[in-house]
Amino acid sequence: MGHKRRLAENAVHGIFLMLGLVTVGCVLLITVYLVASGIPAIRQIGLVPFLLGDTWGSTAAQPSYGILPFILTSIYGTAGAILLGVPVGSFAAVYLAKLAPAQVRSVVEAAVSLLAGIPSVVYGLVGMLVLVPGIRTLFHVPDGASLLAAIIVLAIMILPSIIKVSITALEAVPKEYEDASLALGATPIETYFRVSVPAARSGIAAAVVLGVGRAIGEAMAVMMVSGNAANMPSLFESVRFLTTAVSSEMAYSSGLQRQALFSIALVLFLFIMLIDAALALFLKGRKEGR
Amino acid sequence: MLDGPISPSRRAYIGTMKLLCALSVLLVCALALFLIGYVLAEGLPHLSWELLTTKPSYLSDTIGILPDILNTIYIILATLLIVLPVGAGAAVYLTEYASDRRLVSVIEYAAETLSGIPSIIYGLVGMLVFTGVFGTSLLAGALTLVIMNLPTVMRTTQESLRTVPQSYREGAFGLGAGKWQVIRTVVLPGCADGIITGCILSVGRILGESAALLFTAGFAHALNGFFTGLASPGATLTVALYVYAKEQGEFGVAFAIAAILMLLTLAVDLAAALVGRCFQKRRTLWITRSP
Repeated sequence: MGHKRRLAENAVHGIFLMLGLVTVGCVLLITVYLVASGIPAIRQIGLVPFLLGDTWGSTAAQPSYGILPFILTSIYGTAGAILLGVPVGSFAAVYLAKLAPAQVRSVVEAAVSLLAGIPSVVYGLVGMLVLVPGIRTLFHVPDGASLLAAIIVLAIMILPSIIKVSITALEAVPKEYEDASLALGATPIETYFRVSVPAARSGIAAAVVLGVGRAIGEAMAVMMVSGNAANMPSLFESVRFLTTAVSSEMAYSSGLQRQALFSIALVLFLFIMLIDAALALFLKGRKEGR
Repeated sequence: MLDGPISPSRRAYIGTMKLLCALSVLLVCALALFLIGYVLAEGLPHLSWELLTTKPSYLSDTIGILPDILNTIYIILATLLIVLPVGAGAAVYLTEYASDRRLVSVIEYAAETLSGIPSIIYGLVGMLVFTGVFGTSLLAGALTLVIMNLPTVMRTTQESLRTVPQSYREGAFGLGAGKWQVIRTVVLPGCADGIITGCILSVGRILGESAALLFTAGFAHALNGFFTGLASPGATLTVALYVYAKEQGEFGVAFAIAAILMLLTLAVDLAAALVGRCFQKRRTLWITRSP
């Protein structure tokens, strides 16, 4: 091989190496920027008053920066969405993976990927004009823009990922397990729910964790249906999530208020990192479980 | 025969589970049908030639979404121009070059982390990093979207690279080709549809993205050419929908945009399915051909 050609090969290798490292660079960039811009406000306000303070009044004469309402709203909202979305999603996944005729399955899967592709602002718009007035008249509350509306929208939005990941998990269950159960006299339905689902549990758990990540990170749809007042969470009250706390004030914020918004983003980022770690754990469990 | 007596409690269990399955699937389908039907029914009547081909005018008090359509096209083009080479290159590095297992797992972990980060955080970091350099502009928005879509392009390209038979590479090496030559002439053409799939998925994601663009690309509705457009702030269709619905109460326009987005989403889904089918066909062809 000529000297020149070897040089060119090495140069190309170097270029590809750099392209490969771009993702690592991006993750570092995001982490460094979030930590660097999130720490100053926490320092100034104090970690405990910031995380556990129950009033957020960033524009008041005597400003207070407690984000407990946002943290709790995000947790309750996500939990509610999981509570509604996971049962529906996993039953649908069992049906699609095990019971559905091929044609039905392809139609329903098309519907699911349509749901996955709908932009979050469209969910927000429909929620704003259908769900919010619906909740107002159904439950006789003054304003339907509430935690409940956000929970329902989030539950619908996480359905596609739960269904898709659960289907993959259910299909990875070795056929021998099911055959053995059928041979012992269990009916197909009993086999799917008592053998396949438990065998696929770590995959389904990964689906749930993925749903948690989606729900906790969603901003726009929630912003349009949750009313956006910094209240402590309550089902029929107007509430503000971690994500919407950042986006609703960013446009006109300044000084400590702006820095506090970055700190909120940092808290959200930490939540996401925790969720990622949990996801990695479940996926690893699935690999080793086989 | 074997259909012996099944106890009533087992029968009840089976019945309940069947019912729950059916209800869940019906609910999912009903939701999809309702969403698409409602948005199209509310939106299509508000779609007009005038809406599609003008810009908003305060003088005549009309709203046009042409600038938003153009902005969306610009930002998609700009994002793809950057993300496709970078993402595909990263995938090539991982499957063709990388020999250090640890480095591969670090890069893959980074890509996974990126795909889990919510778009509002991308928006915030984009605002801190890119708007500082380029100002609030479509370019700043596009660069933010590049980071978001990088994992997608990487993953689809990697999947398709793995299906390029090893014998093709060996054949090319055997004929005396260098590594780069093999990649250029055998590997890259072989993973073209992986890149195309990544491209389609990215387009879908960019079409639907709003939170990451709010603070990086801004809300302006000015009519610009491609390069001026990239340098100046502009709202994409989704951001325009949000502004018209939430800030201005123009629900007719918002639904018209939603209907357009819905149709585009359907088109993207269809395109992805078609490419997927071609992909499948080619793979089976390869399997039958390779020894």
